[in-house]
Amino acid sequence: MWAVRMEKITKRFGPVVANDAVDFEVAPAEIHCLLGENGAGKTTLMRILFGLYRKDAGEIYVDGKPVSFSGPRDAIAHGIGMVHQHFMLAGRLTVTENIVAGAEPRRGVLLDYAKAREMVREVSERYGLKVDPDAHVESISVGQQQRVEILKALLRGAKVLILDEPTAVLAPQEVGDLFDIMRRLKEGGTTIIFITHKLKETAAISDRVTVLRDGRRVATMNTADASPADLAELMVGRQIVPPARKGHSPDGKVVLELQNVSVRGGLGAGARTGGAGGKARLNNVSLQVRSGEILGIAGVEGNGQLELEEVIVGLRKPTSGRVLLNGRDITRLGPRGIRDMGVACIPSDRLRRGIVDSFSVAQNLILGEQTSAPFAASGILQPRKIVEHAAKIVNMFDVRTASLDQPVGSLSGGNQQKLVVGRELSRGPNLIVAAQPTRGLDIGATDYIHRQLLAMREQGKAILLISAELDEVRALSDRIAVMYEGQIVALRPAEEFTERDLGLLMAGQGVGVAS
Amino acid sequence: MREILDVIFDINNVTATIRMATPIALAAMGGAFSERSGVINIGLEGMILTGAFCGVLGSYISGSPWLGVLFAVVGGGLMGATLAVFAIKLKADHVVSGVGLNILALGLTSWLMQVLWKNRGTSVSVNGLPMFSIPVVRDVPVLGTILGTHSPLVYMMLILIFLGWVVMFKTPLGLRIRMAGEHPEAADTVGINVHAVQYFSVILSGCLAGLGGAYLSLAQLNWFSMNMSAGRGYMALAANIFGQWNPIGGLGASFLFAFTDALQMRIQTSPIKLPTDIIQMLPYILTILVLAGAVIRSRPPAALGRHYESGRAA
Repeated sequence: MWAVRMEKITKRFGPVVANDAVDFEVAPAEIHCLLGENGAGKTTLMRILFGLYRKDAGEIYVDGKPVSFSGPRDAIAHGIGMVHQHFMLAGRLTVTENIVAGAEPRRGVLLDYAKAREMVREVSERYGLKVDPDAHVESISVGQQQRVEILKALLRGAKVLILDEPTAVLAPQEVGDLFDIMRRLKEGGTTIIFITHKLKETAAISDRVTVLRDGRRVATMNTADASPADLAELMVGRQIVPPARKGHSPDGKVVLELQNVSVRGGLGAGARTGGAGGKARLNNVSLQVRSGEILGIAGVEGNGQLELEEVIVGLRKPTSGRVLLNGRDITRLGPRGIRDMGVACIPSDRLRRGIVDSFSVAQNLILGEQTSAPFAASGILQPRKIVEHAAKIVNMFDVRTASLDQPVGSLSGGNQQKLVVGRELSRGPNLIVAAQPTRGLDIGATDYIHRQLLAMREQGKAILLISAELDEVRALSDRIAVMYEGQIVALRPAEEFTERDLGLLMAGQGVGVAS
Repeated sequence: MREILDVIFDINNVTATIRMATPIALAAMGGAFSERSGVINIGLEGMILTGAFCGVLGSYISGSPWLGVLFAVVGGGLMGATLAVFAIKLKADHVVSGVGLNILALGLTSWLMQVLWKNRGTSVSVNGLPMFSIPVVRDVPVLGTILGTHSPLVYMMLILIFLGWVVMFKTPLGLRIRMAGEHPEAADTVGINVHAVQYFSVILSGCLAGLGGAYLSLAQLNWFSMNMSAGRGYMALAANIFGQWNPIGGLGASFLFAFTDALQMRIQTSPIKLPTDIIQMLPYILTILVLAGAVIRSRPPAALGRHYESGRAA
């Protein structure tokens, strides 16, 4: 008997069919991967199972009995728990408060904190999920926050645990810890549904895998019987051949140079709240990027990458040190001047810095060029030229949009990013700063952007690739620098790092072995 | 110099501070509940005014000031419910709704006065609440002067503030309120009915502000006059922020505001010669200073002012 069986589930959002008669079965105490590209309908399907969305058609059975959920409360009552991609935690409340909210132990009319704390401690010990019950959630690491989410579900008696892309926010070592936790839960009889679009993780942890594509189920199989290439093809619907990187020419001229750049104190333009925060500054960073090479910056997000990006494009002035572009000091030039010198940026925060989501596709494609010919003449925008330019870029960079007048906010994340990439790369830059260029994108779009960056490298551009995705950094970079707590803890040719080295360095261990 | 110190440290100032802090502290606690649940409440001013009017109306109709107090609480609660419907159900902007409510309250009370008592300025006098003396305590020196004899609403306020603090930080309901205002999606996914929690909090907010209004019209005076809340709702708003959305913190902040108010009244009748206009400005200047200083450092609930709809979790 299946722990969960979903039959012919259909869900529409307006004209979009997110799930189209999807069948899905999970056996008790298995780890089942739900694999698919972005927009394939994985999260939608699981939100239906968790009662967050109402299905338009289909049946759900839990332990063989038909169920109908009108909200998460019903799903929880049937032993279903979900850890969302964006954590459902109130940062200012304590770990214990977050875990017991909605199911509080009581003493009379009061909340029984002593008992609540004891409950948290008991479950966290049973599954080896170490957290401090009295810490405020905003003060603990992302990995620990995830444990809080898992505890929250377990304490509510979850027998089926849905994890929505749980590894996206974790450092490689933390992923290992999470997998250990998942195995322990499985041994304890918990059924786990693991949503991901990463093949490696699917192979590493799951017993069986179901692949969704465009809202339909395309396959369910034992993970042992599926090769990564097969799964990739099922997911994308076509064959994916990783792009080849041709040999390195180490003697290109230096395009970008950072000399002892430090950023101390104060929250800058890019300050964000939440997260571990606090140490995300730069400490005496020196590096060079040559023409025709990709320098990859590896590191867990929040270790100074954002500040690095901001310093180079002029959004933030370093406290000390210099930034040189083709030998010229650009430290105090400001974003406008730096852009005019041929620096292109694919910003890490696409929505806030890459696009204006209420503006049209065509308008977004001239952002930064809006005052210069041919898009403006005598201070007046030239709509014809703008549209011509937009049509060209959209075509060249395969941006899927209904029209050029469409607001960019209505495009998918992948197409928004292609638009940003198209705008930036078509400006004829000398230096390209690509920060988290494929974050949140699926295999198809990621592959496309990788090819574009490699093409730029062939053309002799200098590229600084900042990415938290280890595979991406390794696949594209000629040299790799690892950032940890605002410092470059290692900088070597890419071949000289093993994956394990990088993982340790990113986690702040093995600093001693760094060259 | 001696004179100035005598004026400042006059024990009667303390007594007056407690008295004058009462409506502000009650409304500030209302603000704390509403805003902790995620709903901005600029409408406290209108809720106090409505409470003050309904208090007099209740006492006028029934002859009992205690029924007046009940009227005030219900009237304030209705204003809270109005804000809740606009801000939660209809998803109107919280600030605009609150300001609208204040204008509505001013217009409605003035008009009703005209209809009922043929006077737009003040109502008729009604039975007010008698003073209450605590036996024994009233005979203790100093303490007796400060706490011995007050309107019963003052004692009620002190008890309610403590109870409010317990509810907010020591009960499941309080945790749910705080979670709704910090992260409504999180609350929703653990089965907390976010809108129900918000309705409760906003209506409670109105009831508390209404009770504060009753203090003005049934305890401090025994009639209603046009716009008699005179900005106390805004002071309560400030006190709530200064008090970090905590009923006890709000009480502390209300004491501070009330103390300057008491002081300015005391100075006016003292031998210190300062232009009256400047003296009367004191509480307001302090409000601005405190807000300018405190607001920068204060952290409102994370989801304050946001509209939440279940089933669209991000």
